[in-house]
Amino acid sequence: MPPELADSHVSPAARAAHLWGRLHGFGPVVGLLLLCLVGTLLNPDFATLDNTLNVLQRTAFIGIIAVGMCFVIISGGIDLSVGSMAALIAGCVIMVMNKAGAGMGAGPTVVALGMLVALLLGAVFGLIHGLLITKGRIEPFIVTLGTLGIFRAYLTYFADGGALTLDNALADLYSPVYYGSLLGVPFPVWMLVAVAIAGGFILNRTAYGRYVQAIGSNEQVARYAAVDVDRVKILTYMLLGLCVGIATLLYVPRLGSASPTTGLLWELEAIASVIVGGTALRGGAGSVAGTVVGAILLSVISNILNLTSIISVYLNAAVQGFVIIIVAFLQRGRR
Amino acid sequence: MSTFNRRRALGVLSLAAMLSMTFMATPASAQKKEVLGVAIPAATHSFTAGIVYWANEAKKELEKANPNLQVIVKTAANASEQANQLQDLVTVNKITSLVVFPFESAALTKPVAQVKAKGIYVTVVDRGLTDTSAQDAYVSGDNTAFGKIPAEYIAKALSGKGNIVALRGIPTTLDNERMDAFNAVLKNHPDIKLLDAKHANWNRDDAFKVTQDFLTRFKQIDAIWAADDDMAVGVLKAIEQAKRKDIKLVFGGAGAKGAIKTLIDGSNPLIQANVSYSPRFMYDAIKLTAEARLKDQKLPATTIIPSVLITKANAKDFYFPNSPF
Repeated sequence: MPPELADSHVSPAARAAHLWGRLHGFGPVVGLLLLCLVGTLLNPDFATLDNTLNVLQRTAFIGIIAVGMCFVIISGGIDLSVGSMAALIAGCVIMVMNKAGAGMGAGPTVVALGMLVALLLGAVFGLIHGLLITKGRIEPFIVTLGTLGIFRAYLTYFADGGALTLDNALADLYSPVYYGSLLGVPFPVWMLVAVAIAGGFILNRTAYGRYVQAIGSNEQVARYAAVDVDRVKILTYMLLGLCVGIATLLYVPRLGSASPTTGLLWELEAIASVIVGGTALRGGAGSVAGTVVGAILLSVISNILNLTSIISVYLNAAVQGFVIIIVAFLQRGRR
Repeated sequence: MSTFNRRRALGVLSLAAMLSMTFMATPASAQKKEVLGVAIPAATHSFTAGIVYWANEAKKELEKANPNLQVIVKTAANASEQANQLQDLVTVNKITSLVVFPFESAALTKPVAQVKAKGIYVTVVDRGLTDTSAQDAYVSGDNTAFGKIPAEYIAKALSGKGNIVALRGIPTTLDNERMDAFNAVLKNHPDIKLLDAKHANWNRDDAFKVTQDFLTRFKQIDAIWAADDDMAVGVLKAIEQAKRKDIKLVFGGAGAKGAIKTLIDGSNPLIQANVSYSPRFMYDAIKLTAEARLKDQKLPATTIIPSVLITKANAKDFYFPNSPF
């Protein structure tokens, strides 16, 4: 977060600049609102409750991962492996649940076990990343580029190139975690809200959150200020791993399967959400709320494209690209 | 220097060995040693996993039946790796015939042409080269039928009247061929309306999202052409979530084992038929090539492995539980 200008005795020019600066901060929100307006004009079904919930529900995976990614990027790091990690965790969860289900019958304990495995694996993978980056002194780009290949290759190996599929009885038992809802709002959306609130709290209201921002803005100074830089960084990657675990435990019940195409390019979507949401790629400052807005914005684009057929289907990716650049332009000016 | 000399000496020796082998081979061609190279894409999704599986099945079976046949299977993750493997197969493995499933048509045409220029017999599978003179034979699945059969089936099931939507794969010539064939049939059924067709990249998750949006957008859909069994998985989940009862039929395609199992068990009323496009044609291509070469025969220039309609009645013939696909 940029320091707030609290002084009320400023010149009109400074006030205008201040207002403009605040507007920039709202760039993603403005972009999202404009996009929603366009969507409603193109197809009235866009603004229905069902469609809104569909979009939010499918944003949940990327949104939750992006919140974790937000911390990593603010600390000056990057993680390219989240998509592959999600795929591998999904595969492992399915294998463990199928084994356990065969052993002790399909029951809620098996589902709980699967969820626990997802969280545990996420944290462990994050820990490995953190250790390699801090103690091993390898660039995060390289470490996670390496694990990107490793995670996906192992999933492909476990799946024998095909798909790992959850047993039917277990899939039925597990499916409410994705398809179920509370007060009319699906569980994944609640989870996204909870993760976002927790993330915002940790980033802005805890010492750890301050350390993350300090390290991203100047690692050397943070070290001099007696911040345990290595520990904070390792925790950041573990936090992201945990977020991937949460996203995966919501993903598995959706299709009940994991294949080598699971989570493909999620890393880029998560990183784009963070940056579109107003976080600087070089680290130091950023916003969890902006990140979530960024993630929603990305899925709204493809939603609108699916709801209309005004442009060639071959150009879908181009539209996504144009919108990302325009929104980034709207919220520039913080460097 | 010494390594150079040694290498040259080895080269001369192997050349001599090769010469003597060819001399020996000439009088008794039945004893000819055939080395068949197989270059295919790596198992990155279930269809290519099927390709790898069937290539290895063919290798196992053929090598057991023919002691003087060696089959070397190489898998590549991208086009340039495959081009390198072709070179290795020629220079290191000294192949006498090649069965190649090109990663991309255009990028692999030159490398395959170079292999053929060395006198090696080349069979190209599935993705045609841009210059057909670079191949001796071409074996392929039937993409036209892949689009035609579902269109005919859907038209018949809806008695020539209704609303349908379609999913498409990754934008490629192969996908276009299927879509064109599908549209061509629909021309004969003016009362069937194709509301829209969007790419879902042969991916379950993308298919789920695209279908969700189709269901939001169109209030009355009678049938969905999922155009692939992986995509059909996502389509069915999206329909289930939206609790829509208007859709009577979901037509996948390719005959993945999960989809065939559903058909045999009759476990989903929306799945009533499928169309074959099995990676088993890899097995057929290798077997045809090896058998023809061992008998010093040629393959026909083009062999199309037909895509056929699979219904509950004949589903058992298309069920291979051991294959990953």
